[in-house]
Order: sequence, then structure tokens, then C-alpha cells
Amino acid sequence: MSTALPRPLLDIRNLEKRFDLDHGLLETVKLRGGKLTREMRSVHAVNNVSLSAQKGEALCVVGESGCGKSTVARLVAGLLEPTHGEIHYDGSRIDNLSRGAMAPLRKKIQMIFQNPYASLNPRMTIQQTLEEPVRFHNPGYSKGEMQDRVVEVMRSVGVDPAWSKRYPHEFSGGQRQRIAIARALTVDPEFIIADEPISALDVSIQAQVLNLMLEAKESRGLTYLFITHDLSVVEHFGTRVAVLYLGSVCEVAETRTLFENPKHPYTRALLSAVPQLKDDRPNHIRLKGEIPTPINLPPGCPFQSRCPMANARCSEEKPMAQKQPDGSLVSCHAVEEDRITEIA
Amino acid sequence: MSLLSVRDLTVKFAMREQTVTALNGISFDLAKGERLGIVGESGAGKSITGFALMNLLSRPGYIDSGEILFEGDDVVQMKPRALQDMRGNRMAMIFQDPMVTLNPVLTIGEQMVETLRAHRQLSREEARQIAILKLREVYIPSPEERLEQYPHELSGGMRQRIIIAIALLLDPQLIIADEPTTALDVTIQADIMELMLELCQSNQVSLILITHDLGVVSQMTERTMVMYAGRIIETGSTRAIINDPQHPYTQGLINALPQQTKPGQRLKQIQGTMPALGRIPAGCPFNPRCEYATATCRSQIPPMSQFAQVQVACHEVQRLQFEAEANRKEELA
Repeated sequence: MSTALPRPLLDIRNLEKRFDLDHGLLETVKLRGGKLTREMRSVHAVNNVSLSAQKGEALCVVGESGCGKSTVARLVAGLLEPTHGEIHYDGSRIDNLSRGAMAPLRKKIQMIFQNPYASLNPRMTIQQTLEEPVRFHNPGYSKGEMQDRVVEVMRSVGVDPAWSKRYPHEFSGGQRQRIAIARALTVDPEFIIADEPISALDVSIQAQVLNLMLEAKESRGLTYLFITHDLSVVEHFGTRVAVLYLGSVCEVAETRTLFENPKHPYTRALLSAVPQLKDDRPNHIRLKGEIPTPINLPPGCPFQSRCPMANARCSEEKPMAQKQPDGSLVSCHAVEEDRITEIA
Repeated sequence: MSLLSVRDLTVKFAMREQTVTALNGISFDLAKGERLGIVGESGAGKSITGFALMNLLSRPGYIDSGEILFEGDDVVQMKPRALQDMRGNRMAMIFQDPMVTLNPVLTIGEQMVETLRAHRQLSREEARQIAILKLREVYIPSPEERLEQYPHELSGGMRQRIIIAIALLLDPQLIIADEPTTALDVTIQADIMELMLELCQSNQVSLILITHDLGVVSQMTERTMVMYAGRIIETGSTRAIINDPQHPYTQGLINALPQQTKPGQRLKQIQGTMPALGRIPAGCPFNPRCEYATATCRSQIPPMSQFAQVQVACHEVQRLQFEAEANRKEELA
């Protein structure tokens, strides 16, 4: 199958990110059993993650808090440096580029953040906010061209261009998020990284913003890396979904395949936990305990402590991604050994 | 007799420039053991309703008029001493953020024992035993050890369980839960919701669940109240509200959910945003965003009336029903 596909626009290979908790010699020295030892603790935020996105695709990364989904987004955007692994964009490696070498790519790769109250500079008017990236990436633009660009992009996100002299505080949350999207679109990007772009918004506003993002995808042929915890949004928006748990990928599949036939026990539990309108009482797969901390992870499958299917092998050996007949990639010993039974 | 009976409750906020009305004459009843959901978007007045029921509003907010009869006593007229006696004892509240609710410098045990001893004549040891019992009820593993721990040592889900245990300590008649699981992950949310449902049912406790999530309301409550700009705009059995909503706003809210549209297609969005409290339009508060609005809607506030299986405040509900009926017939033909 991989040979038939064209080269992916984004290709993440064995990505790893650790955040060290102990900085400096003194913090690493600990008293253990009467002896002084050196210990480094680190948060394993992302562990050996490989993902790819074809042009025009919306790749969704889902998972619960602390699963590393935002870290993946920040690594791809070049806001963080990976500990190991490579990120390739359009055929060339981008994770080791210098600031200067990264600059032309920033025009192609834009990011939208969760909180539009924090991502817009409160002391800049909307006009200034939208002009800044255009001016930076197109130094040759005349004032008139710049103005046209801003007006066009404001129209396309449904914000009246007459309001361009106003400041962010004069807009509602939904309008601000549209302006944040407009800012990402002003430089004509190819690839948008959206980190929980609608989570801070009300239901009726979520629909407005999601529609806007769908529209931009179709009219501009955008590719998305969409980070979210909301599975109903994934089902609607994503072409492909990667489920993350404690920094590792559990399952990657086409959206429809994932929702119709989830395989990994965690994916199944996650899907069952979303409250549905048709339910008249909670009916979800119960998991034991809660998400463990990503500090000094135990060997084996990251999900073993909560998994109803876990056995001795799961606590020793980390499962590798296995291709399933329907094309999805699942990292689970139980799936591999075909010992998944109905869990409820 | 109903456990709780709210009549024409109006809450105002005295701001420097003007006094704004946050709740505008809301009335509802709650039976013993009944579970009621209050839904709406930010600014609808859901949380204000919760605070007002406990008479917990602080300046600049105040209850302007109306009554809140709880087991026959009017909460609005209660003296501070009586309020203190009622809060946490007969009526308890669970808030959204478990980190803010728990006192970070006291152990779980100290907080639970304190609550118990404030209302009951108990020795420390007796109170401790009750606390352990309640922690066990909310499925906290090794409760004896938890009592010695501080809130920061526990996970979010664990903290919210402890808060539920504290709310249940004195066997209240009514629990008001304001977005109790919004800060939690879905798998944890599902566990907490199931736990709350189980506890309410087995102890015959009434529940007012304030949330923006219609899926949660559907799973948890028997009756639902939809709020918009400080008013109740639709109320009825939860099944009726979800399966056959009458108010254009409720319909819009349900239709805007991604599950209601085929993947990849445009979601049915509601135009505009909820008005700020100082700028609520004349007539029906929803009229600027409503595609069915008429001149009447722009000038007169619609009264609450029975329609189909729900109570709804909309001038055009009859016409909407006719149109929907006509469309259905057309589709069939």
C-alpha cells in the first residue's frame, strides 16, 4: 500500500521528546538507601511516534490530557526540538533547521492555538495583527497590496473588514478565533497545525469555526494536523486519526474505519466514553485507575495498567505497530494475538 | 410537595454604568429524587442559577425578587445562621474545578472532618469513620491513606470523587453540580457521571446538573431546562427536549453538534453570539439570531406555553410546527 501512495507532505519518523525535570548537578543527586546517587528524571512526552499526512488530508491526533498531542504539534511547528527522530516536510528534513533556514517554511506551515484570548496581541489592532505576517514574508508588498490582502482574508473568515481598526478585546471568543485563523491564512499556507482550535468555544460557535476550517480546506487545498480531545469533531473533520496514549500511538486508521471498527482496547474505551444524545444512562467501557504519570515510564505497553486485556507479555514488551487487514495500524499484543473479547 | 420550588427569581448585577439583569423571572420545580439538567452556552445564566439557589451570590450580584422554597423554607429570606446550617447540609454544591474547591493547605481528612463537625455533634474519631465510609462509597482505594494526603497529591478524577464524597457527607436532599466533569478527560468523566447517577438513585438525592454538554444531560437527567440570556426558553422531559425540541435555539444547539451532520459536510451553525447582559435585545432575546423571527418577536417577550410535549417560550412555535409538518408531508409525497 505504501508504494502506491505519493510522497507524504508531512512525515514524522520515530519522534521522541523528553523534558528533563532535574536541571543541574545538584538536583540530580539523591539519597537512596543511605548512599548518594545521581538520578535524572524526565517526562517522556512523546515516544517513538511515526505519522504521516498526505496533501489535502486532515490528520487528527486525539488523546486525553498528558498524552503528548500538543507536544507533537509543537515539534512539527518547530517550536520544540525533538530529542530523537526526524520530521520531514515535502521531502526534506525540517527538525534540524536553523531559525533562518526555517523562515521560508513558516510561510507554508502555520499554527492555530487553543486560546484566542492568549494568541492575539492585545495591544495590536486586527489590521496590525493580520499585516505583520504578510509584511514579514512578502517584503516587496506595497501598502495597497497589503491592505487588499487583509480585507480579502477578513472577508473569507466572515469578519467585517470595517472592524480592522479594533482591538482583540472588542471581539467575542468565536470572532477572535476566526481572526486567529485569518492570521494563519494571510500568508497562503499549505499546512495548518491546529491545536484544540475549538475547545474554548461554545457549541454554536464551534460549528461556525469548524465550518470555516472546512471551507478553507476545500477552497485552498489545505492539509491539517488537527489536535483535539473531542472525538465527535474528529469523526466530522478528520480523514485519518491517530490515537495517542502516554506519548505512544495506539492506533492509526482512516476516520471511518476507526469509528466503525476500533481495535485497540484504549480506542474502544475512549469511543464508548463520549456521551451520546441517544443514551439515557452512562454506558461506557470501564477502565481501571487513571492515566499514570509520564515520568520514567515502565517497560511494556503504556496502557497495561488500565487495560482489561493486559497479560504478562504486555508488562514486558512494548507492542509494535502492526498493519491490520483494513489498513489500520494497531500497537497491541492482544489484537495481535487475537485475544480481544467484548469488554463492557 | 416538591422539594424545591423557584418562583419568578430575578438576579441583578449592579455595575458602575448600569444594573444588568442576569436572571429574568425564572420559575421551576424539582421533586424529591428528581434529576434536572440546566443547559445553555456561556452567559446563559446557568451558573448564576446554581449560586442563587444556595443564596451564594456576592456583590455586585444580588437576588432582586422572587422566592426559592426549599423544603418549604424561603432561601431568599433566610438569615445567615440558617443559610450556614442549610448549605453543605441539606443542599450541597459541586463545582467545575476540583483544585479550586479543595483547600490546598489542609489534608483531605481535615477538610472532611471539619465539614462534618460544623454541622453535627461528633467526635473527631466518629467523623473520621464517616469520612472513610463516604470515600469508600465513591470508590476511592485505600481511603485511610487518602485522609492524610493533600489535594495536590491526587489526580483530577480522584479529587472530583473526593468532592462528591464531601458533598454527600451530610446526606443532603439536593446536590447542585456545576459542570462537574468539564475539566476532566472523557474516560474519567464517564466514570464520575456513572458514580453520581448511582449515588443519586440509591440515596434518593435530587440533582441539578448544570452543563453545556447535551450528551451528558441525556445520560444523567429526567428533565431538562434550556436557558438563554437569563431566561428559561424551553423545559420538558429530557427525552422530549432531545428528540423533539420546539424552540429554534434548542433545535439549533442540537443540530450544531458534529454528530448531527454527515462527516465532511457543513455543520448547521447558529449565526451570531449570545448577547452580553447589558445588551439583551427587546422582545425575544434570541430574535437577532433566529431565522424565524417576526416583528412580534422583536417587540414582545414570548410567554411560556405548553406545546407538543414541552413548555416553550416562542411566538412562532405553532407556525414552525406547521411548517415542519408540511415539509415532512412533502418529503413523504
